Amino acid sequence: MGEQLLANKAIAVPGEEIARGMDFVPAAGTYRDKESILAARLGLVSTDNRLIKLIPLSGRYLPKRGDMIIGQVIDVQLSGWRIELNSAYTALLSMKEGTSEYIEKGADLRKYFDLGDWIGTKIINVTTQRLVDVSMRGPGLHKLSGGRIIKVNPSKVPRIIGKQGSMIGMIKNATNTKVVVGQNGVIWVSGKPGDEIRVLDVIRKIERESHKSGLTDVIKTYLGAPDAVGDGNYEQMDDQNEDTGEHHE
Amino acid sequence: MAITNRWTIRMKTQVNIMSKYQRTDGRDADGIRPMEAKVGVIPQADGSAMFKIGNTIAYAAVYGPRELYPRFLQNPETGILRCNYNMMPFSGAGDRVRPGANRRSKEISMVTENALRPVIDLHDCPNAVVDVFIELPQTDAGSRCAGITAAAMALADAGIAMRDMVSAIAVGRIGDGSYVDLSYEEEALEDYPVADIPMAFVNRTGEVTLLQMDGEVQTEGIMDALAKGREACKRIHALQTQALKNKFQGDTQ
Repeated sequence: MGEQLLANKAIAVPGEEIARGMDFVPAAGTYRDKESILAARLGLVSTDNRLIKLIPLSGRYLPKRGDMIIGQVIDVQLSGWRIELNSAYTALLSMKEGTSEYIEKGADLRKYFDLGDWIGTKIINVTTQRLVDVSMRGPGLHKLSGGRIIKVNPSKVPRIIGKQGSMIGMIKNATNTKVVVGQNGVIWVSGKPGDEIRVLDVIRKIERESHKSGLTDVIKTYLGAPDAVGDGNYEQMDDQNEDTGEHHE
Repeated sequence: MAITNRWTIRMKTQVNIMSKYQRTDGRDADGIRPMEAKVGVIPQADGSAMFKIGNTIAYAAVYGPRELYPRFLQNPETGILRCNYNMMPFSGAGDRVRPGANRRSKEISMVTENALRPVIDLHDCPNAVVDVFIELPQTDAGSRCAGITAAAMALADAGIAMRDMVSAIAVGRIGDGSYVDLSYEEEALEDYPVADIPMAFVNRTGEVTLLQMDGEVQTEGIMDALAKGREACKRIHALQTQALKNKFQGDTQ
């Protein structure tokens, strides 16, 4: 029978021993060396029975298939668009995935997405060389016109969305704005200028206080909102983790 | 007795004359200068740390993984680590340090990279780069070790996959004794033969990732210095761990 050396939700530093014993199983962010389960990065210990993993507290976004993200068009090419992802890699949006319309040969692609446009999009494929393909086909995927962009650390995205979208739903209702949160830490807010500023302010607050439990209630009183329930527009896109955060609109 | 080396004769006489070196700052042989570590000192960077040891101060900032250009530097197997060590113009003991890279700083950048690479794993980000910038606003010996120690914390702060922490210290040989963490004054002693041995260890496994030497030492001298350095690095590692936990303390409830 093994022994857990670092409690659940404790911070593990690289190389730190989290548990000892062959009955523990190392998952994401950890590795085994003989009897010990060690931290392979800095993170929050999270145990699921005998499974030990680390939840990242920092770090850049790494593209993952199925993620809903917000990107910016940085190049219009012959057969598609190059999208900036707020990560080490850029993505390609092919003509076929960009629109369902029929595009005439030699047509000007800027008609659909122009340089500098922000789009809410979905990663459909990531190769071993990290060549990323994105698509605009799917519910809620479209060009994000107007509004403003906020960038946060991708590790804070789950807190901004909240369980089953409770946090983001509440913010949208209370401020009367449209908000889209990308897994890559890019957030789009659209509404009356004053309301946009309120959202920006509340997101910065969530970022600062992301460690607190019962954060949704704190934010609720902060906003003076009536009730915190996930709104109807919520869609579960990533079924691997219940609260890793999803795409919202 | 066949002593062939003039230097050896000089060393032997000197050691006999003043065999016991007394540290002027009152430290004992394995005393480290007062240390201070702080993580997250540069908010704009993906990860950052400050490490102070005596009068030597090192700042490290990590950016990335990010796109790497020119393209011929890219490695399709794994991301690469790029370190840059730099002493600020006013960081010396009064003389202006000429800004920009020089032979010394290029070498230190390289050994820093080699000291850290064994613990980090960038296979998840091929063709990308992780940049580590080490800046020294003030130096008083042991700057490459302070830089490595700060860089290890900054990399952990940046959320880079790392199997362990690295800590570094310089151990000096003065006469026939080992003295941990020489100050510049001690490094430049004229009455004793002095050798300076900077070293870095992977904390848990004890692997040596940096071992350099400036001066002349006997084999036993090296072994003794390594043993003392290992002990000192345990204390540095404890401080690194504490500094990292302090920054993220708020992230637990």
